[in-house]
Amino acid sequence: MPLERADVEHIAALARIGLSEEEIVTFQEQLSNILDQFELLKQLDTSEVEPTGHAVELNSVMREDEAEESLSAEDTLLNAPRREGDLFRVKAVLEE
Amino acid sequence: MAELWQLTLHEARAGLDAGSFSAVELAHACFERIGQVEERVKAYVTLTENHALQQAEAADKALAEGRGGPMSGIPVQVKDLICTKGIPTTCSSRMLENFVPVYDATVWEKLAAQGAVLLGKGNMDEFAMGSSCENSAFYPTHNPWDLGRVPGGSSGGAAAAVAADEAILALGSDTGGSIRQPASLCGVAGLKPTYGRVSRYGLIAFASSLDQIGPVGKDVTDCAIALNAIAGYDPRDSTSLNLPATDFTAGLTGDIKGMRLGIPSEYFVEGMEPGVRDAVEGAVKELESLGASVEPVSLPTTEYALACYYIIAPSECSANLARYDGVKFGYSYQDTPDMWQAMETTRQQGFGSEVKRRIMLGAYALSAGYYDAYYLKAQQVRTLIRQDFARVFEQVDALVTPTSPVVAFPIGEKTADPVQMYLIDVCTLPINIAGLPAMSVPCGFSEGLPVGMQLIGPQLAEERLLNIAYTYEQATEWHKARPGI
Repeated sequence: MPLERADVEHIAALARIGLSEEEIVTFQEQLSNILDQFELLKQLDTSEVEPTGHAVELNSVMREDEAEESLSAEDTLLNAPRREGDLFRVKAVLEE
Repeated sequence: MAELWQLTLHEARAGLDAGSFSAVELAHACFERIGQVEERVKAYVTLTENHALQQAEAADKALAEGRGGPMSGIPVQVKDLICTKGIPTTCSSRMLENFVPVYDATVWEKLAAQGAVLLGKGNMDEFAMGSSCENSAFYPTHNPWDLGRVPGGSSGGAAAAVAADEAILALGSDTGGSIRQPASLCGVAGLKPTYGRVSRYGLIAFASSLDQIGPVGKDVTDCAIALNAIAGYDPRDSTSLNLPATDFTAGLTGDIKGMRLGIPSEYFVEGMEPGVRDAVEGAVKELESLGASVEPVSLPTTEYALACYYIIAPSECSANLARYDGVKFGYSYQDTPDMWQAMETTRQQGFGSEVKRRIMLGAYALSAGYYDAYYLKAQQVRTLIRQDFARVFEQVDALVTPTSPVVAFPIGEKTADPVQMYLIDVCTLPINIAGLPAMSVPCGFSEGLPVGMQLIGPQLAEERLLNIAYTYEQATEWHKARPGI
């Protein structure tokens, strides 16, 4: 199934990835080729098949809601690209 | 006597315990070897010599005081997506080039607590996405058997380091073959445990329902010892299996008489190199002569596994890698006042092509209108693939296949066409889809390059796989071959 240029731009926007003109052209072709491979799955009738999320059977794993030691604010901020005191500094999210 | 860096883990263990050499001498020897060959092999992203020598001194002290354990003083390389506190963990990505974890992954915490010595962090395909180590943002790793060829991937640094004697042991991770395929291409042993056997806490996530950490070793015994050291329940990983502790070396009896082995014809694919086929068929004959019975079996859903995998893994990847937004850690583009533009440029500049390709593929498969056709469909096919394996494991104890249909290929040969690169993992992907354990061991050469045999078992059958591999290894010499580098 060939992707249109607009599809590639839409996916990139969903994934929040900026793309150069060259990347848009390359990805349009490559992603189309990969999606072609997926057509094979249509041969299988899965109408009565339950989906598998994890291959190993596990029930919901819960623990007691007890306070435990966790990372300090200092450690949490250690890799922050921009910080202000004990806060991550971000660009303005809301328009004025 | 052999150089210390040539030793297997179990040989090094015996030497350390006997006092024939110290952990510091062993660590020095490994760094001497790294000094000889690393410039050509490029198996490491980071070397941690000072840290290693401190750990080695501590190991010597523990050994002298009778507090030593199975990993005391053993020098290991750890793949660079396993968090090591205070030591850069880059995923071979520009995105995490300057990232320094503030906690240890459980596997490294366990190894360090048992006295292991960290030589450095292993090169890999960026975020473990790739089959050749060429997707490392820093430099490709070279195959020690032929420096013009790839070591496989994504744990290419792990396999190349062990093959070139630049590490006694390495830890890799395997999402679709990333331990087994490079082990095969570099002529060493690699084990992907059952999903949930080894904690993923502190493993930087690629595809969470498929990822599993495991060892790359110089032989089967080394893999068993390493699995002992890293396996076990971890409350910090909600998919960790709560099982009684197992000694994986205890089952290495060298006796596989009466073992029923299945040969799935679907794994002897079109396009497989004749030399690979010959080597694997020779190994099957050897296993038969060792007392196993061999029968053909069929896994008809095999041909659907590639498409199934390349929907599920990128979908999970697109969700997992959403966290790289330039705010909390990692690369951050700041040169714009606009928040969305900053985020999009951060991801444009921080991720390499393959990572972008997979994030976009996943975002597409999960997007409105396509979810049922792709993601849900792939999860249903995943059920069929699991059922296929369950059916053959009522008939046989384990499966024998090639690990890779091809030997190591020239660097640059397959980078232009992603589909060709994906096809290389056709024999290893189904195992992750079904959460099974599997291992690759050397079984010969084709045109001077190593060939690997893959053994696949039902869930939690690691002991059985290790014993089949061990029995084969005892009867053959392939695992002793080392590249002349």
